[in-house]
Amino acid sequence: MPTTAKQPPAQVRGLNNNMGKEVKSKWNGFSLKPRKEMPEGLWVRCPGCEHMLYKSAVEKNLNVCPECNHHFRIEAATRIKYLADEDSFQEILGDLTTDDPLGFKFRDTTYKQRIKDDVKKSGVKEAMLIGKAFIKGRGIILAVMEPNFLMGSMGFVVGEKLCAAIDMAMAEKLPLVAVCCSGGARMHEGVVSLGQMAKTSAALAKFDEAGGLYICVLTDPTTGGVTASFATLGDCLIAEPGALIGFAGPRTIAETIKIELPEGFQTSEFMLEHGFLDMIVNRRDLRSEIARLIDYCQK
Amino acid sequence: MAERDTIIDKMPNNKNSLSNGGHLEFEGKVADLDSQMNELRRLSSIKGIDYSAEIRRLQRQQVTELKRIYSNLTAWQTVQVARHPNRPLLSDYLDLMVKDFRELHGDRCFGDDRAIITGLGHIGRERVLIVGQDKGKSTKQKIACNFGCPNPEGYRKALAKMKFAEKFGIPIVTLIDTPGAYPGIGAEERGQAQAIAVNLNQMPRLRVPIICIVIGEGGSGGALGIGVGDRLAILEFAYYSVISPEGCAAILWRDGSQAPKAAEALKLTSKDLYKLGLVDAVISEPLGGAHRNLHDTVYNVEKYIVKTLRDLKRTKLDNLLDNRYKKLRLIGVSPAEKLRRKTLAGKERVKEALEAIPTKRKRVPAKV
Ligand SMILES: [Zn+2]
Repeated sequence: MPTTAKQPPAQVRGLNNNMGKEVKSKWNGFSLKPRKEMPEGLWVRCPGCEHMLYKSAVEKNLNVCPECNHHFRIEAATRIKYLADEDSFQEILGDLTTDDPLGFKFRDTTYKQRIKDDVKKSGVKEAMLIGKAFIKGRGIILAVMEPNFLMGSMGFVVGEKLCAAIDMAMAEKLPLVAVCCSGGARMHEGVVSLGQMAKTSAALAKFDEAGGLYICVLTDPTTGGVTASFATLGDCLIAEPGALIGFAGPRTIAETIKIELPEGFQTSEFMLEHGFLDMIVNRRDLRSEIARLIDYCQK
Repeated sequence: MAERDTIIDKMPNNKNSLSNGGHLEFEGKVADLDSQMNELRRLSSIKGIDYSAEIRRLQRQQVTELKRIYSNLTAWQTVQVARHPNRPLLSDYLDLMVKDFRELHGDRCFGDDRAIITGLGHIGRERVLIVGQDKGKSTKQKIACNFGCPNPEGYRKALAKMKFAEKFGIPIVTLIDTPGAYPGIGAEERGQAQAIAVNLNQMPRLRVPIICIVIGEGGSGGALGIGVGDRLAILEFAYYSVISPEGCAAILWRDGSQAPKAAEALKLTSKDLYKLGLVDAVISEPLGGAHRNLHDTVYNVEKYIVKTLRDLKRTKLDNLLDNRYKKLRLIGVSPAEKLRRKTLAGKERVKEALEAIPTKRKRVPAKV
């Protein structure tokens, strides 16, 4: 938490005096921890350009840094607000919770306790919200992941919810839009979470055979078992700029091969360059891009 | 290939055999008995005294000891057995179980990943496509097959050969033994995640029977990438996990040396997985683990494949795929919920049947 409201730092946007100096690299290392969360107070430091910004100005700008276009992580509810037409989102299966299949205990705590804590912290009951929504008047089934709930990891409930969303999209012949934001499979549920990769991919195979349109939006971060299953199986893959997208976490790779990772490794731009994305779209354009894609794919 | 050189000292299986004659650390008494017997054999050959009765007694003692140890293995001990340097690897199965093996190379796109071997052969009287992960025995082989850590081209090769098998109605057998998909720069550049995802997406649709068997390490997505099928079996002392115990300990315990605790918590042993309904069968291993008797292990696996293939081939293809899909959709669903869905499905069938009746009745008034 770098700052408080009382002391506006000298390096405020517009006031900064390091214009001539070399700007710090946008690549901020390979921490798997959420990049600096939005601190409390009126000011926020952008992890992209290190500028201090008015929080309200950032929020007005869809949580994107007006200086360097850094896309801040946002919670599922905010994402839905930005993406769907006003008040159009109707949540389904919002009460589905896990029954802790392994009875997982670690250190001096338990998985159940972690869930309780994260429910309190994030205000949602699981790492994915699904429901019916409209984007610019076009009906869709929307699945959005919540990064603040156990790092948006996929356990049984996430798998089950996504499959329910797929079933619904199939039954109602609506496009499916999934906004991915996840640290991967949830290890607290062991092979049950691993199995969700197979389960969601199999359900998507059915959806594909039925001719449904599936659009994936990859946001920061999309890694591990989620990237290796439903997040990369879309008919169309869209990513937000600068998002971390990959299979193994950058830290794991760095530890394994013991050489420094190249700058920009595993970013959206890297993925686009290597042919794994259709497009990179700024947050403010997502709505219109998805709407346009849906129109193009109308049969 | 700087990536590959640095990995050597990282992998757990970098020794060809353990320093103490292949005994694991929890087999102390077994090792003692072994050295006692060796000593007696040496003495009898030097001095010409017959110690055979004594040796037999020690052997019986050793059998009891092995039974005691291996019936109560902890999760971490199981992981060590699964990684034992003498444990039978894919090449042993190919040698002992598959007749007339014809390896098929290459993903037709980038390269030929030696961590995943694919080829046609016969198991019993059945022609099959084998897709297996190989860790290699000698240091040279190990480096060649990247210690069993596949790259994306391995998964793409597997899928290409599986589609080939599908075209000609050849059943597929996959043998899983990997610490995990390789976490390297090249692997990410070539889309490790996408390659696995596509396999998960395509394998449920393949119109041939698929049997998957975890023969050693079932490391996360790297294992799952060739592990979707009609049956998933696991050898008694193999493990299958969402993350390596070391990795899990490093994240949740913030200390990699807590791996034994993590292994316990992850419920990664065959017994636990079977109890949780996550594997369909557990294939038993000979006394003291697969590494003590290659032939019996391979025989048990062969028996399972032959029997299961016979069952699967009896099922109509549409039903086979239907069952496969239903099985995948039920992963993680609690037993109570499974039952509820079954009865629900039953009710739906009744409803459908009832709905079918009025349409017949509608025709009746038309006559009148
Ligand atoms: Zn910025």
